[in-house]
Amino acid sequence: MTKNQQVTIPTNTALQEKDYTILNLGPTHPATHGIFQNVMKMDGELIVSAEPTIGYIHRAFEKLAERRPFYQITPITDRLNYCSSPINNMGWHMTVEKLAGIEIPKRVQYLRVIIMELARIADHIICNSVIGVDSGAMTGFLYIFQWREYIYEIYEELCGARLTTNIGRIGGLERDFNEKAWEKIHYFLKEFPKGLKEFENLLVRNRIFMDRTIKCGPISADRALAYSFSGPNLRAAGVDYDVRVMNPYSSYEEFSFTIPIGTNGDTYDRFMVRQREMWESLSIIQQAIDKINALEDKTSYHGNVPEFFLPPKEEVYNSMEALIWHFKIVMGETTIPKGEVYHCVEGGNGELGFYLVSDGGRTPYRLHFRRPCYIYYQAYPEMVKGSMLSDAILTMSSMNVIAGELDA
Amino acid sequence: MPTLNLELLESKLKEHFNENILSTSMEVDMFTVVVSKEVLHDVVRFLKDDAYFNFHYLTTLCGLHYPDSPFPFGLMIQLHNMPENSRIRIKSFTGDNEPTFLTLTDLWPAANWMEREAYDFFGFRFTGHPDLRRIVNMDSLEGWPMRKEYPLEDPFRKDKDDKMFGR
Repeated sequence: MTKNQQVTIPTNTALQEKDYTILNLGPTHPATHGIFQNVMKMDGELIVSAEPTIGYIHRAFEKLAERRPFYQITPITDRLNYCSSPINNMGWHMTVEKLAGIEIPKRVQYLRVIIMELARIADHIICNSVIGVDSGAMTGFLYIFQWREYIYEIYEELCGARLTTNIGRIGGLERDFNEKAWEKIHYFLKEFPKGLKEFENLLVRNRIFMDRTIKCGPISADRALAYSFSGPNLRAAGVDYDVRVMNPYSSYEEFSFTIPIGTNGDTYDRFMVRQREMWESLSIIQQAIDKINALEDKTSYHGNVPEFFLPPKEEVYNSMEALIWHFKIVMGETTIPKGEVYHCVEGGNGELGFYLVSDGGRTPYRLHFRRPCYIYYQAYPEMVKGSMLSDAILTMSSMNVIAGELDA
Repeated sequence: MPTLNLELLESKLKEHFNENILSTSMEVDMFTVVVSKEVLHDVVRFLKDDAYFNFHYLTTLCGLHYPDSPFPFGLMIQLHNMPENSRIRIKSFTGDNEPTFLTLTDLWPAANWMEREAYDFFGFRFTGHPDLRRIVNMDSLEGWPMRKEYPLEDPFRKDKDDKMFGR
């Protein structure tokens, strides 16, 4: 080898500096079901990395809550996970009840359980049918949505609202279930299983659906716990954590139901866990109705808490004392205990927690919402890394990320 | 129902961290411990790694602000031991106007966004955090919105007198 020999070593810079495509998925995209932005680095159709940007519908709920009396916070909680608002409302009311040490009659607790389980079914219907839509199966969605509509009709009988329900009061419910509501609940219990079965027949053992969803966006139990997953997503990964069983509220300890769990933590498992949970919820509603019928107490729909429970409207309109009392409660002028309390409920998509610090003032001193999907959505880049773009869409819809709760 | 022996937990913590455990109390149903800022990360790591206490799950993390206190800024952390079904709340306060804490992202990846939220709203710095920037507010926002002195409404608005609901 001579000294002057010029050797050019071939370099493969072209290969190293691969030309990746940057793809903006969102903020508004028909497939994201909400306002999420994902900046994805794509190698062909494979995802190299994803970077979620959130906050497009941030409404500063925690700051707002510091200036609102307790009753005015209920409508805020509606807008967290708006697919299952009643659970959020009840969770908030139960937090205040825990702070004030309010005892609730059994009948009210069972009535609440009925409402919360209806809300859970509505939430799971939305999530599961949308998984179907995103994998190309529109039919199931169209048929099952009439039952979600029917649940909203039940809400309408109970509180007058459909989506953002503002249901219940601190210390109970604003009114007892009326005849029409009971009729609708019984009709729902009788007819919904058929609809749910039909939906299952369409998807559960459908070869195309299974091929599409099995091993799509998986997460192991270890990683799921490290990412503080909760709710159906954690259970799909194989951890049997359910707030209803671990920290029972509203007499859930008296009900018998099973916690379905998955093994792989993939889209199919998440779908199946939600599917099973709907059946369990139906059985819980049936048990609650049986328990209510077995009670001697046939009329109570609220506890004896004049400090928090608004007086009946007839009295408010016709007597001065009731009007003053109503006004005092709404303005937060009643005695509110000091202290700090954390209460969590099993929301539609996980452990929904309320951390309330009260200094005895008319508004909370600090209120922090533990929003399950805010916490588990950060695992999304890890779950979709190396998968196809279409799998990323499916993974997101199966995680049940709700924009309202994500951004608070 | 909590099944962990809380007295043992309290004595163990005091044994390991001595005077750095500032106070322990039972807040309604949650065992709460206030620790000094210096040992916060060590306490959390101890609770996570100890085979008996095994607080393996980070439930939530958020900032607190008490402007009238000599230590106005606080960090609240809640951990959960699922097999024993016990929860614990850890708080730590600092008087610094630019509070700095050690990050928990080395223990749980879930701490990432929770700490970004605390940074976004309270201006807490987390040493060692991989990507500390605002998360839900716009990047150009000035100030730290959840601090008590930050006005809820535009302070220059003259048309609206909000004395009734002001704190």
